[in-house]
Amino acid sequence: MNSIDKPTPSTTTPTIVVREAAAPRPRWQVLLIRPETVTLVLLVVATIVASRLSPFFADLGFILESSTYYIEFAIVALVLTLVIISGEIDLSPAAQMALSACLFGTAFKAGLPMPVAIGVSLLAGLVMGAFNGFLVTVLRLPSIIVTIGTLILFRGLAQVLAGDKSIGGFPSWFVGIDYRMVGIVPVPVVVFVAASVLLGLFLGITIYGRQIYQIGTSEIAAIHAGIRVRRIKMGLFIASGLVSSIAGLMVASRLGSVRYDLASGAELTMVLIVMLGGTYIFGGRGSILGTFLAAWLLVIIATGMTVANIAINAQLTVMGLLLIVSIIMTNAIYARSQR
Amino acid sequence: MLRRNLMLAAAFGAALFAGAAQAADPVSIVYIPKNTGNPYFDSIIKGFEDGCKKLGCEFTTVAPASAEATSQIPFVTAQIQRGVNVVAISPNSPDALNQVFDRARSKGTIILSVNSDMPGNETHRDAAILPVDFTKTGPSQVELLGKQIGYEGEIAILSATTDAPDQNVWIAAMKDSLEKDPKYAKMKLVTIAYGDDDPQKSTTETEALLANYPNLKGIISPTTVGVAAAAQVVETAKKADQVKVVGLGTPNQMRRFIENGTVEAFQLWSPYNQGLLAAHFAVGVKDGKIKNEAGTTFEVEGLGTVTVGENSVIKTQADLTTFDKANIGEFNF
Repeated sequence: MNSIDKPTPSTTTPTIVVREAAAPRPRWQVLLIRPETVTLVLLVVATIVASRLSPFFADLGFILESSTYYIEFAIVALVLTLVIISGEIDLSPAAQMALSACLFGTAFKAGLPMPVAIGVSLLAGLVMGAFNGFLVTVLRLPSIIVTIGTLILFRGLAQVLAGDKSIGGFPSWFVGIDYRMVGIVPVPVVVFVAASVLLGLFLGITIYGRQIYQIGTSEIAAIHAGIRVRRIKMGLFIASGLVSSIAGLMVASRLGSVRYDLASGAELTMVLIVMLGGTYIFGGRGSILGTFLAAWLLVIIATGMTVANIAINAQLTVMGLLLIVSIIMTNAIYARSQR
Repeated sequence: MLRRNLMLAAAFGAALFAGAAQAADPVSIVYIPKNTGNPYFDSIIKGFEDGCKKLGCEFTTVAPASAEATSQIPFVTAQIQRGVNVVAISPNSPDALNQVFDRARSKGTIILSVNSDMPGNETHRDAAILPVDFTKTGPSQVELLGKQIGYEGEIAILSATTDAPDQNVWIAAMKDSLEKDPKYAKMKLVTIAYGDDDPQKSTTETEALLANYPNLKGIISPTTVGVAAAAQVVETAKKADQVKVVGLGTPNQMRRFIENGTVEAFQLWSPYNQGLLAAHFAVGVKDGKIKNEAGTTFEVEGLGTVTVGENSVIKTQADLTTFDKANIGEFNF
C-alpha cells in the first residue's frame, strides 16, 4: 500500500502494482477446507474417543447393528439435504413416517394384502409430500411454517387413526429388516449407502442438481435463468414424502409394530444430521457426502456414549455442543470462501 | 503442562483398568427405567442397589431421556454388547421391544420386565416383576375409605381419563365390592369424575364434586395426580372433617397432607421392594438356585416368601402398602 501512496523518490523506476483479482486459492485449500472435512475430522476423533471410552465399542458388527436405530432418519436426511440446499425446509418427515406407517398398519389390519398395504403407505407419502409442496409453491407460504403445521397435523391424524394402541402381527417375511444381512451389513445400511451414492450423483452431476444449488443461491436469478423453480421444489417435497413413507415402513419392519408416536422428535435428528454435514441452513451450499459422514458421526457418538454407560443428559449436552461447533465452522468456512 | 498431561494419561489408564476389571465374575445386572429424572424409578434403583450390596452382584442403571416407545432399544443393544447377564427394564412399550429382547435372550441375557408387564407379548421376556396384586387394589381402596367414614354415606371417585385401562379395572372392582359385600351396603357411589391426570382439571372436578354433592363423605382417587389435587381442594375448602380423601399417591406428594391431618391414609406399593426382589430373583436364576417356572418359591429378606406365578409373573406384595402418619417418614419417592 505504502509503495503506491508515497513512492520513494530514491527509486529510479516507479513500481507499479497491478492487481486485477485476488490470487487463486491454492488447490489444496480448495479441496481440504470444506465443511465436509470438519465432519470427517470429527468422525475420526469421535471413533478414537469412543474406542477409548469403552472396550466394548470397537466391534464393527455391533456398530452396524446399532446404526440401524438411526439409519432410517439418515435416509430421510439425504433428501432433506436437497430440500435445504434449495432454500426450503421440511420439518414434517418424522410425522409423515408415523402417518404412512399407521396407514400401512390400518390397511393391513383391515385385511388388505401386504403389497396393497405397502402401496397405500407409499401413496400416502406422495400425497403428504405433494400437500406440503402445494402449500409452499402454489400458495407461496414459508416452508418452515407450513411444515411445522403439517408436522402437527400428520401426527394428529396418525393418532386419530391408530389411537393409543400399537398395530402389529405382520407376516414374518416383513418383520426384522434390520436383521437381514448382506454379508455383515444390515439391509437398511445398504439402502442408506445406495441412496447416498444415487443422490450424490444426482446432486453433483445432473442438471437438476446444479439447478437446485442455483435456486438456493438466488431464487430470483434462477427464475430469470429459466429454471422451473416451482416444479423442482414441488418435486423435492414429493420426494421427501416418498422417502419418509419408505423410512416409516422400515421402522415398522424393524419394530414389528406401528404406533402413532413412531419416530416422534426425529425431525430434530434429521435436521441435526444435515447441519452436522455442513449444509448451509439458508440454502445454496451443502453436499450429500457431508450428510453421509454426519450420519455416521451421529451413530458413532450415540453408540459410543451409550455403550460406555454415559448418562443421557451428558449425551444430549455433547450433541448440542457438537451442533453449535459444526455450525460455527460451516459459517466460518463459507464466509472465508466468499471473500 | 507436562505434569498435567501425565496426570491425564494416568487417569485415562486408571479408567481403562477399571473398565477391564469390571468384566469379572459376579452376576451383572442393569436396570433401564422408562426415562431419567423420575423419583419413582429412583426408588426402584435404590432397591436394586441394596439387593446387590447384600448379594454381591454388580448393578448399573442407564435410562433414555424420553419415555417414547423406542427410546430404550439402543440401550438394550449396548447392554448386550457389554455382556451383562440380566437386563431389568420398565418397558416403554408392550411390543416395540420384542425384537431386541429376542435378540438379547438368544445370547443368554435374562430379560426381566419390572413394574409393568408386556400384555400379549409375555413370550419375549423371561419374567415380570409387578408391584402388587392388582386384583386387590379396588377392594382395598374401598375398605380404606369405609373404615374412615364408618361404612356409611355418599362417596365419589376421581379417576384419570375415561379410558385409562388400569383405573377402569380398579373402578370396576370397587363397584363390584360396593354392590356385593354387605359390609358396604350403606355406602353409595354417587358419581365418577375424570381429572385426566391433569392437576388443574382434577382440582376443578373436585371442586365440582364438593359443590354438587353437599352430603359427600368421601372421595377415592386411584391416581397420584388426582389424589393430590383432591387433598389440596379439601384442605383449601377446610372440609377435611366432612370429606375424607383416600387414593393411590406417592409419599412425597402426600406428605404435607398427612402431616397436617387433611388426609388420614392413602395407599400405594413400594417401588423399592420391586428392585430388591428383582435383584434377588435375577441372581438366583443366574446361579441356578431359583427355577423360573410357576410355583417356585424363594425367600427375600424383608419381603418373606415370594412365589413365581403363572407366566412367570411375580407380584412383589400381596397387599397395597398403606401410608399414614406412623410410617410416612420411612419413604422417599
